[in-house]
Amino acid sequence: MKAGRKRYILSFLLIFILLGLVIWWNICSGSISLTGEQIRQILLGDQENGTAYNIIWEIRLPRILAALLLGGALSVSGFLLQTFFGNPIAGPYVLGISSGAKLVVAITMIAFLRKGITLSSWGMVAAAFLGSLLAMGFVLLVSVRVHDMSMLVVCGIMIGYICSAITDFCVTFADDSNIVNLHNWSLGSFSGMTWQSVRLMTVLVLLGVCVSFLLAKPISAYQMGEAYARNMGVRIGLLRVLLILLSSILSACVTAFAGPISFVGIAVPHLVKTLTKTAKPLLLIPGCFLGGAVITLFCDGIARTVFAPTEISISSVTAVLLVPVVLVMMLKKRRGSL
Amino acid sequence: MSGLQTDNLTVGYGSPLVKEISLRVRPGRVLTLIGPNGCGKSTILKSVTRQLKTLGGSIFLGGQAMETMKEAEIARKLAMVMTEHIRPELMTCRDIVATGRYPYTGRLGILTEADWQKVEEAIAFVHAEDVAAQDFNKVSDGQRQRIMLARAICQETEILVLDEPTSYLDIRYKLDILSGIRRLAREKNVAVIMSLHELDLAQQVSDLIACVEDGGIVIDTPEKIFSGNRVQKLYGVADAAFDPLLGVPCMLDAEDRKQTDAEKDTKGGSAPEVFVISGGGTGISVYRKLQREGISFAAGILSENDLEYRIAEALAVKVVAQKAFYPISEQQLTEAKKWIDACAGCICLLDTFGPLNEACRELQSYAEQCGKLRQVEEVVIEG
Repeated sequence: MKAGRKRYILSFLLIFILLGLVIWWNICSGSISLTGEQIRQILLGDQENGTAYNIIWEIRLPRILAALLLGGALSVSGFLLQTFFGNPIAGPYVLGISSGAKLVVAITMIAFLRKGITLSSWGMVAAAFLGSLLAMGFVLLVSVRVHDMSMLVVCGIMIGYICSAITDFCVTFADDSNIVNLHNWSLGSFSGMTWQSVRLMTVLVLLGVCVSFLLAKPISAYQMGEAYARNMGVRIGLLRVLLILLSSILSACVTAFAGPISFVGIAVPHLVKTLTKTAKPLLLIPGCFLGGAVITLFCDGIARTVFAPTEISISSVTAVLLVPVVLVMMLKKRRGSL
Repeated sequence: MSGLQTDNLTVGYGSPLVKEISLRVRPGRVLTLIGPNGCGKSTILKSVTRQLKTLGGSIFLGGQAMETMKEAEIARKLAMVMTEHIRPELMTCRDIVATGRYPYTGRLGILTEADWQKVEEAIAFVHAEDVAAQDFNKVSDGQRQRIMLARAICQETEILVLDEPTSYLDIRYKLDILSGIRRLAREKNVAVIMSLHELDLAQQVSDLIACVEDGGIVIDTPEKIFSGNRVQKLYGVADAAFDPLLGVPCMLDAEDRKQTDAEKDTKGGSAPEVFVISGGGTGISVYRKLQREGISFAAGILSENDLEYRIAEALAVKVVAQKAFYPISEQQLTEAKKWIDACAGCICLLDTFGPLNEACRELQSYAEQCGKLRQVEEVVIEG
């Protein structure tokens, strides 16, 4: 612990610097280019240039905050799931939890649209949470029977496929003009974030992450395996329930507001571990939150700018950038050098 | 009343496996569970550490019934080392030991300077200073077990539970771990309950031995347990397959394993191929060689308190022996000569003779006269 302290401080310093850089890049980049000086003025409250002011305050900033919070939430959720299953390739996306949330949100959306009601943010989150828990339930049922890491992931992916298939089916038969929206959302995107959504997600995500942080101690015991954790005085049953609820609520937030986003949940905890050379939850929970924010902001920046003005889905970017990370990790694991 | 106590405890996976376990381990004492695979040793230990629900009876930690205690309280009373390996991620051995301090840390589990001091002390106790900074997954099984022991020591409990702490270890680490456990009991007054497969070591390290058999448990001192055929019956092996006095197992031929001593007496008539003249332990390795080759043999003339007598008794068709502390009589010499007559060859392993085994010298020259005296290599081909 003592020897690593310097490394921890440097790692967090690096993450903060990167976070500052990607935030700045995301504020600056976009279809309308603004100079640094202009942006500084606008951020300080200069409303002279109305359009630019609106672009920064109503489009870019909420989007940045959303990517930051949701990216962090996704990574923390991934870390909690990996701890829970003792499986380094677990994550809300591969275990089908995101897809479960997506399915229930889509069904709820369509049902409400039929009646002419637009689903509120709260409703979206609630539906996503329900979907996450349902998918999680299936994964848990499987995990009781198979203890094999890869089998668990295979089952998760299959659950994901089934959920996606049913979602597509529902979308096909939904006869509303809002289908375009639904379709965009189901691919995953941070576009069109409102301050209202951002406020709600801030509350939920910060709550989830803070509670997770307060559970760092029992989670660290849980990493030693259930038997030892119990011997160390952890109330295993309660902790397991809390881990499930927290990871579900965090990934449900992401799915509700931005749609399913792939691989951030698996790759970021691993990247942060590699950087800090530790798996201690006390450091990894904040580390994953910040690291997830950096990666997601970076990916969102690419999604917005690379084929501008056309935006690509965030999952396409995260998949291309993060799948190699996951593959390297799995190969290293196999070689036993991790 | 401190230490560990169980009262009419019944354990098992769903259905009762071992019933009515009433045992007590005082502080500073070591109780070892022995018994064949699957008899329920681990089940008992898993129940004591609450990995399994008990099916009846109660467990008392330091006089307090465990079911009335809070998780955190139990954690300060009872520490454990399990057989299954853990594979923690990115943790040094020192980190692993530090997890033992868990029940004493605050909300976020941050260790104080005093806690770290205790960690270092525990590492020093098991002599693992050299690996403390290394990755836990990269050190040897033996070192890992030392670290797990240090971790339990760090937990500062009055009861320590160990499930087969010496499995997978070489003899150096077996001795190292067990002497560590013994020192822990003595110096820190810890009540230790563990399971072991190594009977010889169990006999040495334990104050009390518990035989787990037939759904029940029998507890006694090692002296009592390791006498007669108590242990052999426990494991369901022939009496000759284990020497309780020395704690040495003895490999018998497959059919012999089922053979009772009574049958052996009647079978005694079948002629041996070789007669071995030996004494003082010189014969042990030769008996084993002959047994491996399937060559039947007779041995003599041994005193009943000879080091090799019991092994000869277990493996030979016939042992010509004299009562302890008596010189060899004329009668035994005649008997031995008869056996040499019956054998095709004779090996003499003795090169020193004295007043008590003068008869062996005579046997040697008798065999030579008969032209039957052979070297060991002539009888058993090396390699």
